[in-house]
Amino acid sequence: MTKALRPPFLLLLTAVAASLAGQAPAPTSPRPGAAQLPRKLSALVIDPAHGGADSGARGSGGTIESEVVVDFGRAIRVALEAGGFHAVLTREGNQGPSLDDRSAAANGLPDSIFIALHVSSTGTPGTARAYFCTILPAPPRAPAAAGARPAPQAPVGLLEWDRAQEPYVALSRRLAELVQIQLAQRFQGSPETPSAAPVRQLRTVAAPAIAIEVSSVALDSAALSQMGQPLGEALARAAAAFQQSLAEDAAAPGAAR
Amino acid sequence: MARRWKIAIAVLVVFLIAGLLTFPGLLRNVLRLQRASATEEQARREIAQLALTTPTDTPVTARLFWASDTQPSTLQPSDVQLSLSTEPVQRARQLIAALIERAPSPERRTLPPDTVLLQFYLLPGGTAVADFSDALTAAMPSGILSEQMAVESIVRTLQANVSAARRLKILIRGQEAETLAGHLDLTGFFPPRPRLNLSRTVC
Repeated sequence: MTKALRPPFLLLLTAVAASLAGQAPAPTSPRPGAAQLPRKLSALVIDPAHGGADSGARGSGGTIESEVVVDFGRAIRVALEAGGFHAVLTREGNQGPSLDDRSAAANGLPDSIFIALHVSSTGTPGTARAYFCTILPAPPRAPAAAGARPAPQAPVGLLEWDRAQEPYVALSRRLAELVQIQLAQRFQGSPETPSAAPVRQLRTVAAPAIAIEVSSVALDSAALSQMGQPLGEALARAAAAFQQSLAEDAAAPGAAR
Repeated sequence: MARRWKIAIAVLVVFLIAGLLTFPGLLRNVLRLQRASATEEQARREIAQLALTTPTDTPVTARLFWASDTQPSTLQPSDVQLSLSTEPVQRARQLIAALIERAPSPERRTLPPDTVLLQFYLLPGGTAVADFSDALTAAMPSGILSEQMAVESIVRTLQANVSAARRLKILIRGQEAETLAGHLDLTGFFPPRPRLNLSRTVC
């Protein structure tokens, strides 16, 4: 993927989300409580990966990942809209938005989820797997010398852009599990449980976020394109189940998370 | 024949002769540059190889992790006879070199064959820093799965054979890279056998 320009080190995600929604900024609270975890599902941001100068994986038969994932995105949007969801694509042509621009598309939409689409160059052809993010731990810090100034901390109420996914990981995992169940039913040979991986794109998304990787560019474009419709159906069902689970969370006693 | 035609032909002949005279030199320069490029790569490999033999080498059965040939998209341990140093840094260098060069078959390979481990450091506290050549990113098959298997094969191999290494940082030509080949985040430190642990690794 193209290298992204660094966004400002800190971003007032909660305030941005609230202002976009026409609300007053949320009151500040210590991290990670500063993140506004979704209680409903208002939009799905579908991110066909790569694009522009970055074509992604290329198959020996001429299959190009960046083109196939756009076809997937369109098919998924049709299925999601048929299921009553609002779906947004981060690109519909051969544009190459930066990683952070893609994340920002979800970060600016309250109660959204983010789904990145990939086609691998390896793996069993015809299978698909969902990933949720593991954020790699920082190196252990050496003990501060006596009298030394403490390391700077993010101000209360702010989320670090580079760790925006952190408060959403449990929800992302739940979403990935629901998606993977549907994928396993439609694409034989797919795993039954999702995988955890430090996927760079997901790290800066302040919303439940997963990546789906379909195997592989060894298939021709026509065969891969045929996977778009079942992929869309799988995501529509998983989104409905995820929405239901959010509603159950909100209705549960002591639902404040 | 008109005078201007004679002049044009004369000029063309001059250019042709000049071209014929300079062509062998140009050809030699092109070939020399090609050889220099190959020699540089070869020299780098040879230096890396020289450093891989140490006085403390002893034959041991090492456990290396390559892609499984029976279970797709998973890693499989293989026991390999290697001469390994007792010194952790050299031992780690030898193991990673073996991981690159001694894959049982091309299908089981997790790292591109042209990859060169340029440097390896082991910091106090157990942080291992592995600095690879560009080939690790440039020749890596694109995808989350392939990139994750590449990193995990290194992490698990070090974990199985170098007890002092507790976490791994990957550099490319001495620099921090944002991703391995567009997908996997390389800005952090990979813990041994990455596992889901919400309380410790956040995700």
